[in-house]
Amino acid sequence: MSREVILKVRDLDVEFDTYGGVVHAVRGVNFDVTKGKTMAIVGESGCGKSVTVQSILGLIPMPPGRVTRGSAILEGEEILGVSRAKLNSIRGRRIGMIFQDPMTSLNPTMTIGKQICETLKVHYGVSHSEGMKRAVDLLDQTKIPEAKKRSNQYPFEFSGGMLQRAMISMALACRPQILVADEPTTALDVTIQEQILELLKELEKQETMSLILITHDLGVVARMADDVSVMYAGLIVESGSVDDIYYRPSHPYTMGLRAAMPSNREGYKRRLEPIEGSPPDLFHPPKGCGYFARCPYAMNVCRDHPPRNYKSNGHESLCWLHEAGANKVDGEEFHYLDRL
Amino acid sequence: MIETRNLKKYFYVDRDRVVHAVDGISLTIHENEIVGFVGESGSGKSTFGKALIGLWDKTDGEVWFEGEKLPQKYSPEDFRTYSKKMQMIFQDPYSSLNPRMTVKDIIGEGLKLHGMASGSDLTERVAEWLRKVGLAPDHMSRYPHEFSGGQRQRIGIARAMIVEPKFVVCDEPISALDVSVQAQVINLMDDLKKQMGLTLLFIAHDLSMVRYVSDRMAVMYLGSMIELGPADQVYFHSKHPYTQLLVASNPEPDPKYERERKHVPIHGEIPSPINVQPGCRFFGRCPKAMEKCRNNDPQWLRVGQDHFVACHLYSS
Repeated sequence: MSREVILKVRDLDVEFDTYGGVVHAVRGVNFDVTKGKTMAIVGESGCGKSVTVQSILGLIPMPPGRVTRGSAILEGEEILGVSRAKLNSIRGRRIGMIFQDPMTSLNPTMTIGKQICETLKVHYGVSHSEGMKRAVDLLDQTKIPEAKKRSNQYPFEFSGGMLQRAMISMALACRPQILVADEPTTALDVTIQEQILELLKELEKQETMSLILITHDLGVVARMADDVSVMYAGLIVESGSVDDIYYRPSHPYTMGLRAAMPSNREGYKRRLEPIEGSPPDLFHPPKGCGYFARCPYAMNVCRDHPPRNYKSNGHESLCWLHEAGANKVDGEEFHYLDRL
Repeated sequence: MIETRNLKKYFYVDRDRVVHAVDGISLTIHENEIVGFVGESGSGKSTFGKALIGLWDKTDGEVWFEGEKLPQKYSPEDFRTYSKKMQMIFQDPYSSLNPRMTVKDIIGEGLKLHGMASGSDLTERVAEWLRKVGLAPDHMSRYPHEFSGGQRQRIGIARAMIVEPKFVVCDEPISALDVSVQAQVINLMDDLKKQMGLTLLFIAHDLSMVRYVSDRMAVMYLGSMIELGPADQVYFHSKHPYTQLLVASNPEPDPKYERERKHVPIHGEIPSPINVQPGCRFFGRCPKAMEKCRNNDPQWLRVGQDHFVACHLYSS
């Protein structure tokens, strides 16, 4: 199987100036996106997952935000810190994005069709009537019933699930190579979530598009992802294939997340194991490992020394436990407890 | 212990349009039991919880609590009487705490109103509850904005529990929280249930969590209860086509399982609850719909030990 890396992000640092001081929201993130595959970034609120992708697309307000270090290479071409004009030719056309809340991400005073048409006009310079025609086709592709009629309606006339489909149509308008979906189904019911996820899977295949999926839902990740990056306190603490992360986790945070969730096995209820404490204060990022204070396996070295990236169980993990001579922790064993 | 008989709550949009938010629900909740309520947004699960404890006036039907029929519409005195026995924990830990009150005032208000404690006794009781929910007594003089979402949810729990109610409605108590914090809150409620012999109605849309927490589980669709039974029965051996699709839509945190299972998204969206037509409410979306489903309301049928379903597929 050939794995062609389409987007390569290295050492990304993002900071924000606030009244309370400088927040180090992203602190050296690395990840690769493979062509035609789904890469999921998972993490809890405030871990920096949205900021990571938004900074790559130049979507964070600067100031107060600033990218202090790092590179993002899209098919051999640096896209961090390029001119606005250059950025505009990448955004939408090569990397599309859909957001968590479709209601507030669309213009309430414009019909859905016109909003899609506008994208086409800007990027391809098509005429209005041609653009509207393509908009209807796109709405049809995302399985919006009566696409022609719907294209003349306003966002308030759409339900949440339909709006998310309209957003996907708009993001697909220029056939991007990468689609970034930031919590695309968090605001939706499970039944509608299932429809949207199925649609995204289909489109990914049809268009050989890569998907960057940002979510906090481990169920959605299991359903969608090929590769997973687990993010905590501004860092990717573990990354690997979806099976690596679920069945052979090697970072205590990943193990903790899984243990905190109920398993769906009939007649079986183990007590949930919460992760005690809360994430570190990113105004003053810890000197050592960000997970130190909550980690059940913490060692002395973790307090003051940031962990190195280790290869363990065939994938990468940012944890001192994988240093030769450290305590051995077997993630595999306790995860199989929950297998269906 | 608490029983609803054909409970209805309608909202009137205008003269011709009526929202049938809760349309005839009969349910008995036993002592020291957790009943989970699941359903899509707009299915009426929160309205049911609120009508049950009197936060909404009932349009029709009855609620009985410990052998006593509760009033159709609560007067201020009724609230005083019943809020000592029945409490609610709200979904949004941000908007359900008064930002201008200190934690002590928020948690202690119930005790004060019911004349259960005052002065140093009140302070002591609040401190005790703060400890019980995993906060520190010196948090007492702080304001809600100084706490994280999970901590606020615990303040909401302490506020409801301090009057030692017998019955508590939890309306999506964990949906606003991160995974690691959800587990903390769930374990806390589990412990309190055991210690205090609580009875709970647990409303949520997270199926896995509801199955985990509940003894029995009910599924709601468009104002009606369509399935009720022991939580594992309803989840793993669902009878109603809607429940089956709901469970099949729930992504499991297990990639191999997800790759192998067939994904059949449920067709369409939940219809408007305004002026609901007769017949099965799931008719338009049901993959197994039959001609008789169109016009006839399905009966409440027993399909197993304590397992009930409202579906024509199971009528002989």
